[in-house]
Amino acid sequence: MNPFTLNRPETVDAAVRSVTGYLRPAFIAGGTNILDLMKENVEHPTHLIGLNKLPLNTIEATADGGLRLGATATNADTAWHPEVQQRYPLLSQAILAGASPQLRNMATNGGNLMQRTRCYYFYDTATPCNKREPGSGCGAIGGFNRIHAILGASKHCIATHPSDMCIALAALEAVVHVKSKDGERQIKFEDFHRLPDDQPERDNTLEPGELITAIELPAKGFAEHFSYLKLRDRQSYAFALVSVAAALELNGNTITDARLALGGVAHKPWRDKKAEALLIGQPATEATFRQAAEAVMKDAVGQGLNDFKIELGKRAIVRALKQATAGEHKAADIFTNSNP
Amino acid sequence: MSTSSSNTNYVGKAPNRVEGPAKVTGAAKYSGEFEVPDLVYGVVVSSPIAKGKILKIHADKVLSLPGVLQVFSHENVPHQAWFDRNYKDDVAPGGSPFRPLHDDEVKFSQQPVALVVADTFEVARYAASILEIEYKEEKHETDIESQRDKGHAPSKGKSGYKPPSSRGNAAKAIEKAEHRIRHEYIHGTQHHNPMELYASTVHYHPDGKLTIYDKTQGVLNCQQYVTKVFGLSKDEARVINLYNGGAFGSGLRPQYELFLSVMAALELRRSVRVTLTRQQMFSIGHRPHTLQTLEMGTNPDGTLAGLKHYALHETSRFEEYTENVVNWSGMLYQCDNVQLGNQVAALDVYTPQDMRAPGAATGSFALEVAMDEMAYAAGLDPVDFRLRNYAETDQSEKLPFSSKRLRECYRQGAEKFGWDRRPLKPRSMREGNKLVGWGMAGGVWDAQMQKAAAKASITADGKLTVTSAAGENGTGTYTIMTQIAAETLGLPLEAVTFKLGDTDMPEAPVQGGSWTAASVGTAVQKACLAVADKLLKQAKKMDDSPLKGADLEDVEFVNGLIRLRKAPEQSVVLRDVLQVSGERQIEADSTAIPNLLNMARYSMHSHNAVFAEVQVDEELGTIHVTRVVNALAIGRVLNPKTARSQVLGSVVWGISMALMEETVTDHRFGRYMNHNLSEYHVPTNADIRDIDVIFVEEEDPYVNPLGVKGVGELGLLGVAAAINNAVFHATGKRVRDLPIYIDKLL
Ligand SMILES: Cc1cc2nc3c(=O)[nH]c(=O)nc-3n(C[C@H](O)[C@H](O)[C@H](O)COP(=O)(O)OP(=O)(O)OC[C@H]3O[C@@H](n4cnc5c(N)ncnc54)[C@H](O)[C@@H]3O)c2cc1C
Ligand code: SF4
Repeated sequence: MNPFTLNRPETVDAAVRSVTGYLRPAFIAGGTNILDLMKENVEHPTHLIGLNKLPLNTIEATADGGLRLGATATNADTAWHPEVQQRYPLLSQAILAGASPQLRNMATNGGNLMQRTRCYYFYDTATPCNKREPGSGCGAIGGFNRIHAILGASKHCIATHPSDMCIALAALEAVVHVKSKDGERQIKFEDFHRLPDDQPERDNTLEPGELITAIELPAKGFAEHFSYLKLRDRQSYAFALVSVAAALELNGNTITDARLALGGVAHKPWRDKKAEALLIGQPATEATFRQAAEAVMKDAVGQGLNDFKIELGKRAIVRALKQATAGEHKAADIFTNSNP
Repeated sequence: MSTSSSNTNYVGKAPNRVEGPAKVTGAAKYSGEFEVPDLVYGVVVSSPIAKGKILKIHADKVLSLPGVLQVFSHENVPHQAWFDRNYKDDVAPGGSPFRPLHDDEVKFSQQPVALVVADTFEVARYAASILEIEYKEEKHETDIESQRDKGHAPSKGKSGYKPPSSRGNAAKAIEKAEHRIRHEYIHGTQHHNPMELYASTVHYHPDGKLTIYDKTQGVLNCQQYVTKVFGLSKDEARVINLYNGGAFGSGLRPQYELFLSVMAALELRRSVRVTLTRQQMFSIGHRPHTLQTLEMGTNPDGTLAGLKHYALHETSRFEEYTENVVNWSGMLYQCDNVQLGNQVAALDVYTPQDMRAPGAATGSFALEVAMDEMAYAAGLDPVDFRLRNYAETDQSEKLPFSSKRLRECYRQGAEKFGWDRRPLKPRSMREGNKLVGWGMAGGVWDAQMQKAAAKASITADGKLTVTSAAGENGTGTYTIMTQIAAETLGLPLEAVTFKLGDTDMPEAPVQGGSWTAASVGTAVQKACLAVADKLLKQAKKMDDSPLKGADLEDVEFVNGLIRLRKAPEQSVVLRDVLQVSGERQIEADSTAIPNLLNMARYSMHSHNAVFAEVQVDEELGTIHVTRVVNALAIGRVLNPKTARSQVLGSVVWGISMALMEETVTDHRFGRYMNHNLSEYHVPTNADIRDIDVIFVEEEDPYVNPLGVKGVGELGLLGVAAAINNAVFHATGKRVRDLPIYIDKLL
């Protein structure tokens, strides 16, 4: 870990201005990811801008019926917020499926979007990694890649985005509000994270110096028929091998709207609109779900040790859609769901 | 008060841990926490390559950083002892021990290659992170799979290694058998990963003497290592370890933080602390990756006709680490035709190290899954099959057991679990959309005792202090020793203080092999009895003493009294004895040694039987262990609470071994890749459901004077196999390589 300076601004303007004049400035919120990366010598910020004094930790209704989640509100406060629980239970369930209670108490919403991959090679400076050191090669290709991507990977990087929260946000079509010293903009969630292509060092489309101020949820929350199904190597404190956020709107047994996003399979939360289209207008049956699952995995490619994710992904999609249809919200089965 | 009951009879009772308050309030100090004046900090630099040469260490840039005191490496390491024997610790295997910073050779990935010392931890860590080192890589081999058919029988092995003995003609017997099985069983590398990081705080005193606070399971082992390597006298190197945040065998041998911190302290003439990182915890020894083959055949009556068990495990290039992997297969069941083979192969890895039930955890997993497979091949219930092959004597040692209540473990465990309701056929139980499976397995572990000494001293105010240089891993040693001492002298628990973990104390063995209770416990009892004898002598001198003419056998020490066994109303108050004697304190040293005669006459072992229930979501490949019953025969139970905790921990460990725990190597880099607790998975609370522990009553008059057999390791045996067998019962699928990840069941 290298020496660094720290400031803790109290206004958003001061925060975005703080980046100037430093070689490698970085924001720090809960610190649950960036501190590890600094200790492992993966990231070397020369200046940290602490975000916890910013007035961005609120959760408020928006004018058009949505909900605005402050960037520095913690994952725990967000998941347990009554509005989130009642109107966006999919999001609550996804957040609670992630990490551990202690981590969720520290982790913030902005930090969750920005957390970096858990690829072993990315974390170990003794091995090559294009994301950490562009041009050094990808250690995971041909290596221990059981946790890696099966969709949208490139020959430069096969890492996955590790977040649970973001899978639900992708399904819910959230919008990310960002601000820099040059102004504000909004980024559609599907455009926020990116695929590795030939620039795996870039996880997302945020520009240097841009600060996430909020995440906005549109009014539609799919509070009746939803499921966040997470499959992992242990019941808590483990990242998803495959996760599925499924949200449906039903008229009788007919699907009138559908959202489907996957975690643990790609460099970004994997939303598949084509598969969603296959669901809409169809009866909510296993046969319909299977079709959608096959469509999602049509172009999936395994790397050897992660080949199983293709079949597992299909089965998880079918199961999640079944659970969503049934509308059993209680996360009754603690084994295949969240760990509140 | 009646003679039969008394409130100072503590053995077998369940008082809380005596060190509990110190631990939960943070008053308990661990090795990396001791405050000593003017401390400086060393941070270890680890090799990124698995094999090769260090060409150059560019220390200049780092040395010019303010606060950096020195960069130690092979280029400037001070002269130390030359011979291998100086580096051999008490439990070292055969070969040439690894010497940190000795030369330019890299022998394994994450080998310590430099130590950066600075006046703050932060500066040392930063300096270590930018220290440039040039290497010349050489071709390495870290995959045991490449060594199939290339293993060799260990030449001598470490102490405790028993070359397995075969009997009869297994090949022929199996060929003629009615039913046969033959399978390969595999588990990968596992690391101990105690919560506490290895650390050493070396206090450099003005006179050049050292007090070394080191994380270890054996302070004396560390002291003799340090004195031999650095040419110090014992009086110059006192080693202290009061608490361990777990160790599980990883602290049996001195680890490299000890060498590095002592070396730096002597060179810099300053107090030094070195703490390893979690990543470096994957460079200090491991349970070796092991390949096993088991072959069995049964006679028409369901008895074993023959059994073959072969194992191949890895060791390093410089030491021949060996485990008793297959021996258990020669003694757990009655079988006249047994062929066993244990082989090792050298790889470019660090030397493996004993890890909770070394050898047995590995071997009994394979044996007990194979027994299940054999039972199914023969169409028999797994418990029934084991009972048909119950070993009444130890066939490999050709000795009777000093005690063996395994049959009772099967019976009580099965009853508690409800085993009689189990349909034999796999895939015949469901709950909701889950398949349910029930499996069982068993285990056997050595009941060992080592030479140990203790000192007891009672002061005029009736306070007893007992000391022994033993170790405490969180197992309950402080508590049970306090119980033994209090009961022996009839004192309240509060009047007794047991101290351990200091080389100035009487000698005790390393804390391993589940022998601490038996060895140190016997020594404590003996030392207290010696004090009792002296007290009695004083008591007899008292005017009107009702004890005149009584021998030690004629009296008992109970409730602060010394009283006649035959006439308990005839007593003297212990405190009065102390006052009248005029002595400030009465003390005695004592050494307990194992009874060699009994050891030659009897096979001494503890046994257990484990029953497990799993629920399997077949579609998604998820497995959950919903219920485990572990029934154990461990001789006398000194404290059912601490003993039960040991077994609970063991069961969790077994669930881990079965379903999640594995260190994965990228053999292209010869490097462990999941070297952190985020990716090296062990169970969380959410993974653990019901665990039942049954201690089957067992009296053993031969094993040691206390009649105890030890419990820390046995509890783990059978757990992974029982879960594995339950998964088969649930799904009809047999997974023979651990852990059973989701992908293996899909
Ligand atoms: C052992 C472990 C297990 C975990 N398991 C899971 C899991 O199962 N599922 C899951 O989803 N997550 C998991 N997490 C990850 C956890 O959710 C993230 O670490 C956390 O959300 C990051 O939030 P933070 O506030 O701590 O971010 P920080 O560590 O403070 O920052 C992370 C990154 O975000 C940037 N950043 C922070 N806030 C902003 C902002 N407002 N604008 C722009 N950039 C910003 C920082 O500069 C930094 O690059 C796990 C973490 C650990 C350590
Ligand atoms: S998958 Fe991506 S993050 Fe992992 S080693 Fe390859 S380039 Fe690096």
